[in-house]
Amino acid sequence: MIRFENVSKSYPDSQGGLREVTFRMEPGEMAFLTGHSGAGKSTLLKLIGLLERANRGQVWVNGHNLGRLTPREVPLFRRQVGMIFQDHRLLEDRTVFDNVALPLVVTGQRHQEIRRRVQAALDKVGLLNKARALPVTLSGGEQQRVGIARAVVSRPPVLLADEPTGNLDPELSLEIMELFNQFNQVGVTLLIATHDLALVEHLSRRVLTLREGRLVDDRTP
Amino acid sequence: MNRRTRKQRLRQPMDPRGWLVRNLQVLLSSLGRLWQRPLGSLMSILVIAIAMALPTGLYVVVDNLQQLSQSWEGAASATLFLVQDATDGDVQSLLVRLKKDPAIGKLQHLDPAQALAEFQQYSGLGEAVAQLQENPLPHVVLVQTADPHISPGDFSKLLDRIRSYPQVEPATADLQWMRRFQAIIHLLQRGAWLLSLLLAMAVVLVIGNTIRLEIQHRQQEIRIIKLVGGSNTFIRRPFLYEGFWYGLLGSTAALLLVALSWLLLREPVNRLSQLYGSGFSLEGMAPFNVLLVVGLGCLLGVAGAWIAVHQQLEQIEPA
Ligand SMILES: Nc1ncnc2c1ncn2[C@@H]1O[C@H](COP(=O)(O)OP(=O)(O)OP(=O)(O)O)[C@@H](O)[C@H]1O
Ligand SMILES: [Mg+2]
Repeated sequence: MIRFENVSKSYPDSQGGLREVTFRMEPGEMAFLTGHSGAGKSTLLKLIGLLERANRGQVWVNGHNLGRLTPREVPLFRRQVGMIFQDHRLLEDRTVFDNVALPLVVTGQRHQEIRRRVQAALDKVGLLNKARALPVTLSGGEQQRVGIARAVVSRPPVLLADEPTGNLDPELSLEIMELFNQFNQVGVTLLIATHDLALVEHLSRRVLTLREGRLVDDRTP
Repeated sequence: MNRRTRKQRLRQPMDPRGWLVRNLQVLLSSLGRLWQRPLGSLMSILVIAIAMALPTGLYVVVDNLQQLSQSWEGAASATLFLVQDATDGDVQSLLVRLKKDPAIGKLQHLDPAQALAEFQQYSGLGEAVAQLQENPLPHVVLVQTADPHISPGDFSKLLDRIRSYPQVEPATADLQWMRRFQAIIHLLQRGAWLLSLLLAMAVVLVIGNTIRLEIQHRQQEIRIIKLVGGSNTFIRRPFLYEGFWYGLLGSTAALLLVALSWLLLREPVNRLSQLYGSGFSLEGMAPFNVLLVVGLGCLLGVAGAWIAVHQQLEQIEPA
């Protein structure tokens, strides 16, 4: 489902990035991505979601060689990957409902279909009663869950999460991981970047570890 | 992982009815967006309106002037003033001579008393004229050409011939001023063209700049839409429709400005034309031209928005 071959990414005027990263994930797999701050976790996720492009090597996602996509195909590809960000990236002037509906709106879905799916997604993250609220009126954890609902509402085959539990208490973190487990059970491929080693231990899944842009460990319990 | 040798194409499914519905929604929501910042929108619309009203108004003026000159040309007539000391015999011999001229059609003779009455009636100076002790007017002969569509060249030849007669005051009417008038109309026409071109550019720039600011204001939103897979077409659409609304509202306001000026000018112009004994009255705009102005406005609006969108959208990428 996801395949990296000798992928390098460097930024101008910066030591960081990725160096010669190679790995693959099968469809329906769930894995964690760890490493020190600045190791390149976010960079790796951005390469999968095509928010950045690799300088060298090849990235394959869901059968597409990302280096070969035309500009027209880029947005269509992004619809196949749900992304969750630590800083949520919600539209501040739109309601929770409108935020979650956005991935469906851009694909031109019918009204009833949008309503049905958004309600299902909000129900799953336990925010159905906040549909009409603006994001600023929500707590950090609630905003994070809005971001999750938005990422899964169009049922993408691949889900990426960057520090999804960064500012949540342990109990809420566990709840969200449980949610990810559920998505995984219906066949979604998940890659989750996190510092939270205790949580990673607890869930006993495959763990990829980055250090200074290199993939130094790939362990499956 | 599926290793496919053949490349899998990414395509957006077709849905014509849904496309129409979505476009209508965006059409309305972009109007709503203008309404959300009424002051800024109103100022942009007024700038566009003034820029479009100037050439439109000039066209109306030129159109009317042309009509005016045509109504003079069509008459192809001249007013001859006879020398002050012409006797009745002189007048009669002149009339006989003129009647023989094949280039001349109808003739009308007014003796000084008739000429004075006519002047009194049309000049609006009736009271003042009535005070005069002595009639200052000479005999007047109104001459109409046999050929109503006589060329200006032939007409002035005819006038030269008549002016050489001893009974006729040599200072009698000439076509010179009419040619000058024509030249002025041509100049104004050219000027209206140039002005239109320049102000069309101004309209594109104003709308382009308004949309550019709007895009910058909504950068974060655009990034997020791109993040969840919004296509460039999807992102572009509301801005293009916003440009369309600016064009539509701006050109409509321009027409209102022109109509208002027309209403204010019509009365005095008609009074003036009556004083000159002319049947001329100020014409408005033909319905086709009204549509043309609105259509051009919409086109310029979309063009301005298009330019702004193309400069900006490529640069805004999620990261
Ligand atoms: N847009 C950018 N321009 C320049 N350098 C960048 C950019 N994005 C990331 N970097 C650099 O790349 C390196 C890896 O960054 P990245 O965000 O991937 O780290 P991370 O593992 O996600 O760290 P954290 O755990 O703190 O989020 C960092 O050294 C950073 O300075
Ligand atoms: Mg990071």
